[in-house]
Amino acid sequence: MLNFILRRTLIIIPMIILISMISFLIITLPPGSYIDSYLANLQQMGGEVEQSRADTIKERYGLNDPIYLQYWKWVKGFPRGDFGMAFSEERPVINIIQERIGYTILISSLTLLFTWVLSIPIGIYSAVKQYSFGDYAFTFFGFLGVSIPNFLLAIIIMFVGLRFFGINLSGLMPVQYMGEPWGLSKILAVLQRIWVPVVVVGTAGMAGLIRIMRAEMLDQLRQPYIQMARSKGVDEIKVIIKYAARIAVNPLISTIGWLLPQIISGGTIAGIVLGLPTLGPKLYDALKIQDMYLAGTIIFFNIVLILIGTLLSDILLALVDPRIRYD
Amino acid sequence: MKNNSSESKITKDEDIVMSNPFKAKSHWQLMWEEFKNHKLAMGGIIVLILLYVSALFAGFLTPYDPNERFSKFPNIAPMQINIFDDNGLTAPYVHPIVGKRNMETLAMEYTVDQSQQIPVNFLYKSDDTYNFLGLFKTNLKLFGSDETQIFLFGTDGLGRDIFTRTIHGARLSLTVGLVGIAVSLVLGLFFGGISGYLGGMVDNFIQRVIEFTLAIPKIPLWMGLGAALPQDWSVIQVYFAITVILSLTGWVSMARVLRGQILSLKEEDFVKAARAAGAKSGRIISKHLIPNCMSYILVNLTLAIPGMIIGETALSFLGLGLKAPAVSWGVLLQEAQNVRAVAQYPWYFIPGVFVIVAVLAFNFVGDGLRDAADPYH
Repeated sequence: MLNFILRRTLIIIPMIILISMISFLIITLPPGSYIDSYLANLQQMGGEVEQSRADTIKERYGLNDPIYLQYWKWVKGFPRGDFGMAFSEERPVINIIQERIGYTILISSLTLLFTWVLSIPIGIYSAVKQYSFGDYAFTFFGFLGVSIPNFLLAIIIMFVGLRFFGINLSGLMPVQYMGEPWGLSKILAVLQRIWVPVVVVGTAGMAGLIRIMRAEMLDQLRQPYIQMARSKGVDEIKVIIKYAARIAVNPLISTIGWLLPQIISGGTIAGIVLGLPTLGPKLYDALKIQDMYLAGTIIFFNIVLILIGTLLSDILLALVDPRIRYD
Repeated sequence: MKNNSSESKITKDEDIVMSNPFKAKSHWQLMWEEFKNHKLAMGGIIVLILLYVSALFAGFLTPYDPNERFSKFPNIAPMQINIFDDNGLTAPYVHPIVGKRNMETLAMEYTVDQSQQIPVNFLYKSDDTYNFLGLFKTNLKLFGSDETQIFLFGTDGLGRDIFTRTIHGARLSLTVGLVGIAVSLVLGLFFGGISGYLGGMVDNFIQRVIEFTLAIPKIPLWMGLGAALPQDWSVIQVYFAITVILSLTGWVSMARVLRGQILSLKEEDFVKAARAAGAKSGRIISKHLIPNCMSYILVNLTLAIPGMIIGETALSFLGLGLKAPAVSWGVLLQEAQNVRAVAQYPWYFIPGVFVIVAVLAFNFVGDGLRDAADPYH
């Protein structure tokens, strides 16, 4: 088992190198650079920029170097936790990541939890009452959840909150709590709003999960051991929950592999629309002004989060399901 | 004598086959019969046909040019076409918008005058000429009126007719998915085909690439690539660039499905026979294996389109995709970015309703096809 975990963890290293390359490639694609647009802006506003100063800045950040050298300069700081400077805020990228990655992880985990907690019982119900009205209704709402783009659902919820309840749901907390130490009232204020991104992103993944759970459950309910249990007079609820559902839930753990990219992806756009203190809005700002190291590092961390999540789910699956061999 | 009897037996068998009223149905006929029973999917087909037909005839169906500004009429609420008045059923009419000066602020205010009735003219000759299906220029519109403007879905902040813009927006939004899926299809067929057929090292490598692509969150990737598009590109260039961006992640699921199918099909006798007859790998894949996976490919195509429509809408909404003067649903929804504006003018949302309906319809159709194509159903 330890061997399996070790091996599975080691695979991540070449993956991380690949991800850093792809992230860098994406951020070097746009023509020009932050310095160019910064200087152009400065000149437009009437500021006089000496060419020598521009060159010094470019020299310092190595923007005139060939691309592989730029990549190397960026990537060699990684082990030290140095991801370059955020031009726009004039401070290390890692500081911005540290401020925001916690909220990103918190909202992503809550979303995962929300999706599971709702879709598992719905899947079980839909399988047990196959082709009933409830089954169709849940299928329909599942599809509706997939079909509403995340950003639209976010606006709809904010709209309903503002128009019918007069409450502002954007942001993660009211302005007066920002920068305040954590206390009970601050936690309550956050709880009042954090459900919005969780619901927005969670509903998008639910239909797929319900489908898998329903199919697995239908599969299990046809097995002979279920008939055996029933013929022995085991309580039907017990048959469903303790026998069938326990086995049917296993494959769901492996869905983290595709659910997590979806959650990070949806969370990005929901974060932008809702103005959350997560990585998404920063990525958006950074891409718009070509703040390349900041954008690249956020893309990098997004994918790394997914890799770690998938790794954890693989290990969890190996622990939970004795049928999976790990040697 | 013996020989003779066996011959006659063969003819008898053939007779039975020929005269069998329950003649064998093709796979596609079986699929269609199964599909017809899926009510939501049939509803989805009808909705999609309506949407695509209206996109095709957008010039005729809508009263204005999508970028025409009625600067006097910003933020007008949707107007209703009424067919009942105090005397019962009448010809369709609208209440006109009239301007009145607010004596306190001295600003002109435009409101709907409920006391007046202006009949709607059908097959109306308007001022706006458009190109009918790219064939000839005409100014014939489905409806219009000389005496008032008709804004079915209201107007935006610049006084542009949201109904006209929504129907025209369908042209870009509904085709982005089709073009994107065509690109994904080519990539998916190629990589899925060789991965499943050749196996070994090639298969292993392509599988790793697929797994890796699946682990990349789409929106951040699309945002990064969308931001990289040069600002001075034309609408057409940006449109095709976006379809390529969307297909970069779209081909993966296609390739996976195809690989799985081909893996199981390639051991079948007909493939062995083709190989024994000297057919080359490329021919076996394209002539024997892929046609047998067609139904799965079709299902996958249908289920991939909605994701692409959402992708375009999201990118354009963020300002990283299509930009004005292009008219797409995502561009229209930029107006809805500000929640306070939406709260005041809820009709800014109407293009969003179209996005949801179109995506839902595609999902239902895809689900129906999946059920119909699944032999274990």
